[in-house]
Amino acid sequence: MRLQTELCGIKLSNPTVLASGIMGITASSMGLIAENGAGAITMKSINTEGKTGHPNPIAITFDGGMLNAVGLPNKGIKETLEEIKEFKEQCSAPLFASIFAQSVDEFAELTKQLYKAQIDAIEINISCPNCDDEFGKPFSCSPITAAKATAACKEYAAVPLFVKLTPNVPNIQEIAKAVEAAGASAITAINTVPGMMIDIHTRSPILFNKSGGLSGPAIKPIALKCVYDIYEAVKIPIIGTGGIMTGQDAIEMMMAGATVVGIGSAVYWRDIDVFKKVCREMDVVLEKEGFTSVKEVVGLAHK
Amino acid sequence: MHTNELPKHGKIVRIEEECQDVESFFISSKMEALPGQFILAWIPGMDAKPFCISSCDGSRFSVTVCKVGPFSEKIFEKKIGDTFSYFGPYGTSFSIPENQHLATVGGGYGAAALAWVAKEAKEKGCSVDFIVGARKKESILFAKKVKAAGMNVIITTDDGSAGLKGRTTDALADLIKNSRPDVVMTVGPEMMMYYVAKMCQEQNIPCEISMERYMKCGFGVCGQCCVDDLGIRMCKEGPVISGDLALQIKEFGKYHRDRQGRKVMYG
Repeated sequence: MRLQTELCGIKLSNPTVLASGIMGITASSMGLIAENGAGAITMKSINTEGKTGHPNPIAITFDGGMLNAVGLPNKGIKETLEEIKEFKEQCSAPLFASIFAQSVDEFAELTKQLYKAQIDAIEINISCPNCDDEFGKPFSCSPITAAKATAACKEYAAVPLFVKLTPNVPNIQEIAKAVEAAGASAITAINTVPGMMIDIHTRSPILFNKSGGLSGPAIKPIALKCVYDIYEAVKIPIIGTGGIMTGQDAIEMMMAGATVVGIGSAVYWRDIDVFKKVCREMDVVLEKEGFTSVKEVVGLAHK
Repeated sequence: MHTNELPKHGKIVRIEEECQDVESFFISSKMEALPGQFILAWIPGMDAKPFCISSCDGSRFSVTVCKVGPFSEKIFEKKIGDTFSYFGPYGTSFSIPENQHLATVGGGYGAAALAWVAKEAKEKGCSVDFIVGARKKESILFAKKVKAAGMNVIITTDDGSAGLKGRTTDALADLIKNSRPDVVMTVGPEMMMYYVAKMCQEQNIPCEISMERYMKCGFGVCGQCCVDDLGIRMCKEGPVISGDLALQIKEFGKYHRDRQGRKVMYG
């Protein structure tokens, strides 16, 4: 009960949200995540036509985190609509679609096609670090392009619109303010941080894509700072994502200003029931610290 | 939290030709693996693809590779002394029975994993019937080695050029009738495994299968190998699963998904 919360009017049984990119391709895999306790599910990002993604290795892990460049494989909007339908037939957990696009027009078109889909929100991924070559600089690198993409989707969105930001900018507050003004209902922060790993023996970057997005414990302090800064700059809620492994991490993220927390890479370290584990741990922290609702924690680090 | 998924490197110490276009590469590298588990063989700049481990003794392991495309051709170019890079081992393994009557049913390259299963089972006091099927005589895998190790080998070929003309499932049905096994393990084409699992369920014989799905990360995060409706990951909760569980998977024997997640129907 203590963990029930709300995000843009969407009721969540707890504040853990599957972050986009982990599992989340098929209705069945999302159902499994819901069974394992996630308060909501964000699907893997899709575009109009679909994409094959990069060859392997697409993900590696090391003591501090995970590095991935999966290359946004997906089967396109049309077939994804069927997965959404199938998921909603078997599961009541809130479902967030995630979209990426090459142009503002494609963002608008994708949102239009999601108009009748039974989703609870749309997250627009304007910050994937692994598509620079094909897709140019991510939209979220400039307040102008970030706002344009947001506004284009806002016009056609039938549900709340979340905008996912990169930490890799000089001033994330500027971007946050710009997407809020353009109509974002919430901000997801952060996407992964650009990084690279080298294999000595073969003298080569390990990922096929050479570089990738860093996630996991290594980026938690970066995510906390970004969420803290965004919370000071905007009024809309934040989905705090980056390095959440434990209930303690989740409470810290919420104290920085997140209404709910995204969990992704932790599926690797703590397995698929990480959502249940984090919830149990959050409950213990809340009890110990004397809170009656998880909502009381949001933004407490701002004095 | 000290697990990580980084590349490992070993030296190729031995290469054995199993049949035309199929070779086993023995790699000197520390590894703790069990029959049924797999690695991702890595060729930098090209790809990393799953291969089932065909033997492992702690300091040396082997993978059995069939030359089918550009990636396996690259592996075939490797010579003794060359480096073999890989990730893993990953996935679940076969439960090796003790002092029981085991039947293995292998089709095509599936025999590679099962030869190891059979060897381990025999060491644990099992009697083993090794059913192995192929299109033709020249493609039969591991039959000689398994026979030399003292196990009963039953060969089937599509064209009748060796052993019984027909399917491995016919051979299994005969075996169940004449000398019922306590447990069955199968690796091979999905339709074959489907019929084996069905037959075992009807006959109330415990059975394990190895379910092959398109795999990317290998450690349970990318979601590429999740199966309908259960959603479980074949790189993590699989590839080796019980026949009963497999029969609860609605896509088993019907379809699988390609690298974009699109459904591809069988046959």
